[in-house]
Amino acid sequence: MPIDWTQYQPGEFFDELFAAPGTARPAAAQLANYLASLGGRELAERQGDAERAIAEMGITFTVYTEGQNIDRAWPFDVIPRTIEANEWARIERGLVQRLTALNRFIDDLYHERRVIAAGIVPEDIIATSVNFLPACVGANPPYGVWANICGTDLVRDKDGTVYVLEDNLRVPSGVSYMLENRIITKQVFPEMFEHASILPVDDYASQLLDMLASLSPRKVEFPRVVVLTPGIYNSAYFEHSYLAQRMGVDLVEGSDLVVADDECVYVRTIRGLERVDVIYRRINDTFLDPECFDKDSALGVPGLMRAWRAQNVALANAPGAGVADDKVVYAYVPKLIEYYLGEKAILPNVPTLLLRDEVTRKRVLADLSRWVVKPANESGGYGMLIGPRATAEEKVAMAAAVEADPRNYIAQPVLALSTAPTLVHGEIEPRHLDLRPFILQGQRIWVTPGGLTRVALRRGSLVVNSSQGGGSKDTWIVAVDP
Amino acid sequence: MSLLSRVAERIYWTARYLERAETTSRLARVYGNLLLDLPRQAGLSWDVVIQITGGASLYRELKPNPSQDTAERFFVADRNNPSSVRSSLANARESIRTTRDIVPSEAWRSVNELCMYVTQELDAETSHRRRYGIHSRVVEGCQQISGLLADTMSHDAAYQFFRVGRSIERADMTTRIIDVAAAMMLDREDIARFDSTLWMGVLQSLSAYQMYRQKVRRRIYGPDVILYLFKDQQFPRAIAFSLREIGAALASLPRNADSLKKLGQLRSMLSVFEVTRLDVAALHQWIDDAQLALGELHGLVHATWFEPTASAVGQPTAAVSQTQTLPLAAKP
Repeated sequence: MPIDWTQYQPGEFFDELFAAPGTARPAAAQLANYLASLGGRELAERQGDAERAIAEMGITFTVYTEGQNIDRAWPFDVIPRTIEANEWARIERGLVQRLTALNRFIDDLYHERRVIAAGIVPEDIIATSVNFLPACVGANPPYGVWANICGTDLVRDKDGTVYVLEDNLRVPSGVSYMLENRIITKQVFPEMFEHASILPVDDYASQLLDMLASLSPRKVEFPRVVVLTPGIYNSAYFEHSYLAQRMGVDLVEGSDLVVADDECVYVRTIRGLERVDVIYRRINDTFLDPECFDKDSALGVPGLMRAWRAQNVALANAPGAGVADDKVVYAYVPKLIEYYLGEKAILPNVPTLLLRDEVTRKRVLADLSRWVVKPANESGGYGMLIGPRATAEEKVAMAAAVEADPRNYIAQPVLALSTAPTLVHGEIEPRHLDLRPFILQGQRIWVTPGGLTRVALRRGSLVVNSSQGGGSKDTWIVAVDP
Repeated sequence: MSLLSRVAERIYWTARYLERAETTSRLARVYGNLLLDLPRQAGLSWDVVIQITGGASLYRELKPNPSQDTAERFFVADRNNPSSVRSSLANARESIRTTRDIVPSEAWRSVNELCMYVTQELDAETSHRRRYGIHSRVVEGCQQISGLLADTMSHDAAYQFFRVGRSIERADMTTRIIDVAAAMMLDREDIARFDSTLWMGVLQSLSAYQMYRQKVRRRIYGPDVILYLFKDQQFPRAIAFSLREIGAALASLPRNADSLKKLGQLRSMLSVFEVTRLDVAALHQWIDDAQLALGELHGLVHATWFEPTASAVGQPTAAVSQTQTLPLAAKP
């Protein structure tokens, strides 16, 4: 039976694929026709194909101990999310603008601090930020860029406006899912890729390697780049291994590296010690160097910070970059863009209230059910309160947490996240989603065409995180003929 | 770009564990059959097999009330026995999954599948007939993985460590199998009449029976079998062949002088080895010496390539083109 798109009802929300029931947006028109022609049963079969392909890859990717199911943490929905190429071009400009300004800001914070002198950001916010690392003051990463790999979360509200929800400047993950989702979609809908102009995503690894190589302190033809992982028990280990493999570089653990008397970093090889130029590190700042931060860290490399400060090795992202993805600092980003670039922000922030301000705090706590309240330094949706869904106890607990540490909480209005058609138990239903593009900045700056679309698979849910019933979709940037 | 020491070590151990799993399964299959063939007074039991893999004292400790069944389970399925088929495969999997950026992904997939299969099958209570099938699957699986690596992996330094690991393990297992078999048979008049059955078993446990028959065209005789399994240049599980294989692999590795010297010592030990008379004590002494030398070779491989900082002090470091190399001796 063919799919009847007039039966698809996203309701009050902005739908990514349909402007109105039965009327596909231009970028989705070809996809909607194609899916309709397949029919419901065939579509369900293709979903089955996708799941089998994932299970098969899962055999390759499973990292946990024997006995566990071969199960991907993140379910995949077969219906892609489309974005028109023209709209994407604007978003891409906005992302480039934003990361450029954020990197100028971080560099400023660790040097002259003009932004504080100018009264743009209050000094105490930086002074109390746990992600501001005094050990980084005065350091000079290549090109003045601290966050080389950024994953920015975007959401779309009811009126169609795309907002930046948060910047992830420390060790953002998820890019392997983006790459894998495309591989699966090409297997499942090969016909679409023959006819539509969908931008490819699979050169991410070479873009990443180029960017990393551009950071090398030695100007040699093939600098030695490595990926530093905390090891097999990290939940993103698969991604670390995958990226190293795709770039053709070594995946190393802390114990493979050594800082010698010359303050250079070396890797232990069968020929002896060999110089390392660039480390794409996937371990957190404070585990990097037991000499400098956590003395008990077995994951890091003693002396690494000395080598980095001496500019004998590049670290991506640079330690200390996380100071700019504090959710309190986030509130200032539009002003930072104006201050550093003299431009208006292309992508707006979600309106954000800082609860350090007493009047604001009183107003928000008086009516918590209207707000989303988030801690400043958590990721993965932890410690967050969605007011309209929260129980009375949860609200009381959150109010107490906010009162105890007001600097570290923000409040945002509840957004009506956009939806896209999603196959749920054989039926096509609207589900809320977001988008995480990845931006690379070294000598040049580059944005993934699209990114990772995360979808809340539970009806009505706004939480897209994998631990809380989230899934993902392939993301198509589609050029539409005028 | 030179191979990481840690990766070299894990690949070396992957090979050793795979080889150990394969030989152990082969032993289990052959001895399972022999036990059915031979009368009780022949004195053959699973204890003999456990002795081969060097787990006798651990076995007595873990199983104070031994039976044929606990012995077989200990040998094949027990995770507490580091040499059981199951442990060997689990260890191979553990090593290979942290080198997945180097090893072809099909190899990881095969090891993972084999591991899951064995775990599933061994957890279920299985009949003897079924167990025979499990061992065949393990042998096939290990051979498939070796073949896969040989045909889809660059024969670069990483692969050479695979070869070295496999051949050291092979030579070691061959000496153990013969040591125990000889101890059982050569000094006991009462089982002399089962002699050829038992030596056939030894040959089969090394997949050598067919090749042996082609080469030695007379009735099966212990000293012939020993000479063949020690000194044949053409049979892959013979010690001489394994040593040659190790030499070929070592030849293309940097800083190989010490290891090659130790290997030379082993090869000359082997070249003067003769069995004209059945002298179990002398044979046992020779095997002891050979195992010791193999252990020393392993130690040199470890010190030279896996833990370069500790050992390479004072050693000349091979000059490396392209990448800058810091002499290891300069490390604080």
